[in-house]
Amino acid sequence: MSSNIDDHDIWIIGVSMTRFGRYPDKDAFLLGAEAALDALDDADLTIHDIDILAAGSVNQIRAYPAQRIQKHIGQTGIPAVNVINACATGATAVRTVHQAIKAGEASIGLAVGTEQMGKQGMLGAGRFGAGGERRFVPEGPQGAVMQTEGILGTGLMPGTFAQAGMRYAAQHDGVGPEQFIKIAVKNHENSVRNPLAQYQKAFTAEQIRDAEMIAYPNTTLMCCPTGDGASGAVLVSGERLRSLPVETQRRAVKISASVLTSDPWAPDGLVQPDINTLTRNAARQAYEVAGVGPADLDLVELHDCFATAELIHYDNLELCEPGGAGDFIDRGAPKRDGETPVNVSGGLLSKGHPLGATGVANIFEVSTHLRGEAGDRQVEGATVGLTHVIGLGSACSIHILEKGNL
Amino acid sequence: MATHIPIVNYLDLDDPAHLVATTCDECGAKFFGERLACARCGGRGFHHERSARTGTVGSFSIIHRAPAGVEAPYVSAIVDLDDGAVVKANIVGCPADPESVRLGMTVELTTYEVGTDDDGTAAVAFGFVPSKGAS
Ligand SMILES: [Zn+2]
Repeated sequence: MSSNIDDHDIWIIGVSMTRFGRYPDKDAFLLGAEAALDALDDADLTIHDIDILAAGSVNQIRAYPAQRIQKHIGQTGIPAVNVINACATGATAVRTVHQAIKAGEASIGLAVGTEQMGKQGMLGAGRFGAGGERRFVPEGPQGAVMQTEGILGTGLMPGTFAQAGMRYAAQHDGVGPEQFIKIAVKNHENSVRNPLAQYQKAFTAEQIRDAEMIAYPNTTLMCCPTGDGASGAVLVSGERLRSLPVETQRRAVKISASVLTSDPWAPDGLVQPDINTLTRNAARQAYEVAGVGPADLDLVELHDCFATAELIHYDNLELCEPGGAGDFIDRGAPKRDGETPVNVSGGLLSKGHPLGATGVANIFEVSTHLRGEAGDRQVEGATVGLTHVIGLGSACSIHILEKGNL
Repeated sequence: MATHIPIVNYLDLDDPAHLVATTCDECGAKFFGERLACARCGGRGFHHERSARTGTVGSFSIIHRAPAGVEAPYVSAIVDLDDGAVVKANIVGCPADPESVRLGMTVELTTYEVGTDDDGTAAVAFGFVPSKGAS
């Protein structure tokens, strides 16, 4: 049985996530520690088995979450790394552990993503210079004499992702508000089956269309909420997995690809971060390394921070024909009973998006399906899945996971 | 004495107002604002050139939440200029609704004052208005 395990493959043997939501009585480190212990329990290991810890967070990164988490779960003196990489932070933490194992420095590692966002406003609003004398003085490489947000277009996330979706609509037929709304209907509907989702409520197309407009074409029900939460994953080398209990091997999930990209030059990249090219590059690399194609995927958890984003990633991840993302959603292909179920967890739109946790939580979700342990939302017979996160700037990470059959 | 200052250094207010691209000597990639090296090819030489005043709406969003002091809703757009440069700006001079702004619509550069400092200097921003008989 264990002869199926290649020394050089890397496996996931423990995953966890807290329910996403609001935890004003906790902090990101406690949440991260809870996720860490749950992941260790799931792997049937203790902190003493862990050779490296990587912790990802965006808002809490300057407080060094890895070391703060160690104070809650056990200070064993192992290398601890703090990771920040926009919305790809959690996935980058997983990849950091993956690299350490691949390099032979560690045989078992723990990755945690955690975040506390609270009820902060959706927009980090820029302001005109406050107080005192006001004199226009050119500042920075663009010689700006005042904050330009809202004057020279928008640079904030809701508008940026809306513009990315509308750019796709400008270039391809059959894409408009109706398609974006269908995506939000699908993900909110999926969330009803996920007890770990921040919101578990279905909405009609009309309710979504008529909700408060944030950045056309995205209404508030087409934008992910802010929230708190954490997620963890335990990774192991193939060599070490062979010496672990049969039950651990049986539930192990193989990491067939772990890819990280940044955005190469593109004309659009001058005015707003490009979220397409790096995703396409990451997908191409991941499919090649894993030796699987988009048609092999039984489920996909992709970065639907806004409904407009999910649509363009159908094309970027090659889930549909080139230019065919509108038709893909129109024919129901990404629904939970469709050709390629996308975001059966409810996606960021309803599961929530505690920035640092998201990239690990996607891996939790797909691993749970591959183990056949996803309960009401289980995609029956799932053997191959893909996780995708992308943060503005930009950073993209894709993992392809496969059922072990050990 | 009232004077004017452009909101950013790549806006030239004269003859008539236009944007100034920072263009890579090696590969021709166009930027707005200064660069140390070209993001496309790594080349370190640049020259400035006058950019087109007309273009098309390559994408847009209507933004309903804005920083204090900025009117909302407003239209943020990616404008594909006729010389191949791409710039982000507001679409002005038409209502901020999806019926008034269309993908592919032709637009033209305009400028307007956005504030005055204690010396009486007015900051001038740029935006794009739908071209007359815009298609
Ligand atoms: Zn160049």
